[in-house]
Amino acid sequence: MKVLVTAKRVVDYNVNIRVLNDNSGVDLNNVKMSVNPFDEIAIEEAVRLKEAGNAEEIIVVSIGTSACQEQIRTALALGADRGILVESNDDMQPLAIAKILNAIVEKEKPELIILGKQAIDGDNSQTGQMLAALAGIGQATFASQVEVRDEAVTVTREIDGGLETITVKLPAVVTTDLRLNEPRYASLPNIMKAKKKPIDTYSPDDLGVDAAPRVHVLKVEPPAKRQAGIIVENVEELVDKLRNDVKVIP
Amino acid sequence: MTILVVAEHDNKSIKAPTLVAIAAAQKIGDQIEVLVAGSDCMEAAEEASKAQGVSKVLIADNAAYAHQLAENIGDLVAEIGNSYSHIMTPTTTSGKNFMPRVAALLDVAQISDISSVVSEDTFERPIYAGNAIATVQSSDRIKVLTVRGTAFDGVSGEGGNASIETLDHIKDSGLSCWDKDEIVKLERPELTSARIIVSGGRGMQNGENFALLESVADKLGAAMGASRAAVDAGFVPNDMQVGQTGKIVAPDLYIAVGISGAIQHLAGMKDSKVIVAINKDEDAPIFQVADFGLVADLFKAVPEFEALIAS
Repeated sequence: MKVLVTAKRVVDYNVNIRVLNDNSGVDLNNVKMSVNPFDEIAIEEAVRLKEAGNAEEIIVVSIGTSACQEQIRTALALGADRGILVESNDDMQPLAIAKILNAIVEKEKPELIILGKQAIDGDNSQTGQMLAALAGIGQATFASQVEVRDEAVTVTREIDGGLETITVKLPAVVTTDLRLNEPRYASLPNIMKAKKKPIDTYSPDDLGVDAAPRVHVLKVEPPAKRQAGIIVENVEELVDKLRNDVKVIP
Repeated sequence: MTILVVAEHDNKSIKAPTLVAIAAAQKIGDQIEVLVAGSDCMEAAEEASKAQGVSKVLIADNAAYAHQLAENIGDLVAEIGNSYSHIMTPTTTSGKNFMPRVAALLDVAQISDISSVVSEDTFERPIYAGNAIATVQSSDRIKVLTVRGTAFDGVSGEGGNASIETLDHIKDSGLSCWDKDEIVKLERPELTSARIIVSGGRGMQNGENFALLESVADKLGAAMGASRAAVDAGFVPNDMQVGQTGKIVAPDLYIAVGISGAIQHLAGMKDSKVIVAINKDEDAPIFQVADFGLVADLFKAVPEFEALIAS
């Protein structure tokens, strides 16, 4: 089985982001960038499938500027076999990304496509579902357990009230939730080996995809600041404030 | 301009976030139709017809829609969706699951988790775990939107009198099937709609210690929440997780106990009206958003707190 995974380049999850003064976006200069944490989980899951003998080849795709090579190399160091970079300097939105991935799926014909459930920058949670729709295949989103069978994949999904288990015919798209696995760290020898693994580069045009944005960002602003609170001395004072000042408890 | 709201329901009743999505739709236009797709879902459709502001309820009642499988619901909504100006649903796990399929099938973008309506084509939505608010404008012919459950006051579920129309579209892709559910039994209010939430983090040390918070929650009629650290450590089930990747809540009172206040947690609760933090580390980032902070050992403070609120 061939598995396709994604590695989006995003601002590291620990970074406190800063909105640009001209409200055009978020300051990405000299900010630490990483593989989207949900994509790391997707890569880990693919590697585990390979280790268990369920997958033969893992292809990792990243879409964006040439700097995304770094994220592809990280995935290769974690165990992916080869990379595909779809290079563009434009604002890539989920629908365009899904179309690009669909073109790659048509080319590579993977049986399983594993993506993160959302990217921690845009917080859209759309790409996997859109890709499944465009490819005309089934989907299992927010996966916390994945079991590949002969022609299908059984997935336990995190839903609002608890968990749900569904079975989806292969080929299928799976998107990962945080509890699916704990990603490994890349070892130095594997990082060195990853440098020799191949990366193919395409442009959206090569793949015949119109990646023009449909949604235009008019402005980006910081959220309303909360008023600074107070530190109370003891529990009595806390209960008194809640009861008599803000009246949120009886 | 007619707006389609896809209802979140359990076949018997309409869930509260649906009323929030209807409220957001009212800020765009006044012709609002609600789709109830499910199996044996007439009760839910009747309830939807009583919601304020709804002009018509469409019911698609078939076993294929019983478990809201994304392939089937997505196909159905995309097929009927062509005649609407906007298609909306709440940002729940179900809405997040099928709605992007609808958008892709219609070849339009989706705008996820809108927190405000600026005009019929312009919306605000939080990005970067709520650390920035983007104002975005859609140039698509149909606007596909999911609505943040805490951002609008839901319409009343009573007093409306919409007609109910039966759809006979049956979409069964055969691509997926439902096996089973493991639903966590709730004896307390539901997290996303609770007025008060008591939430615990890594500082609780183990699952048994959550009993301390449970008795406080019971006295306050509150829901129970948790940070990712508490969920990952196996203290509590993951559906209790509040944060960027869990549930977004905005209660009147949020009590964070033993929670440091990582960016990802704050993303889920910083719109709460009053935030209380109990933590022994005075440098914990949670104190920067807390209205009332208490630097104390939670194992002493929480029982004291419980005794005082009982008095």
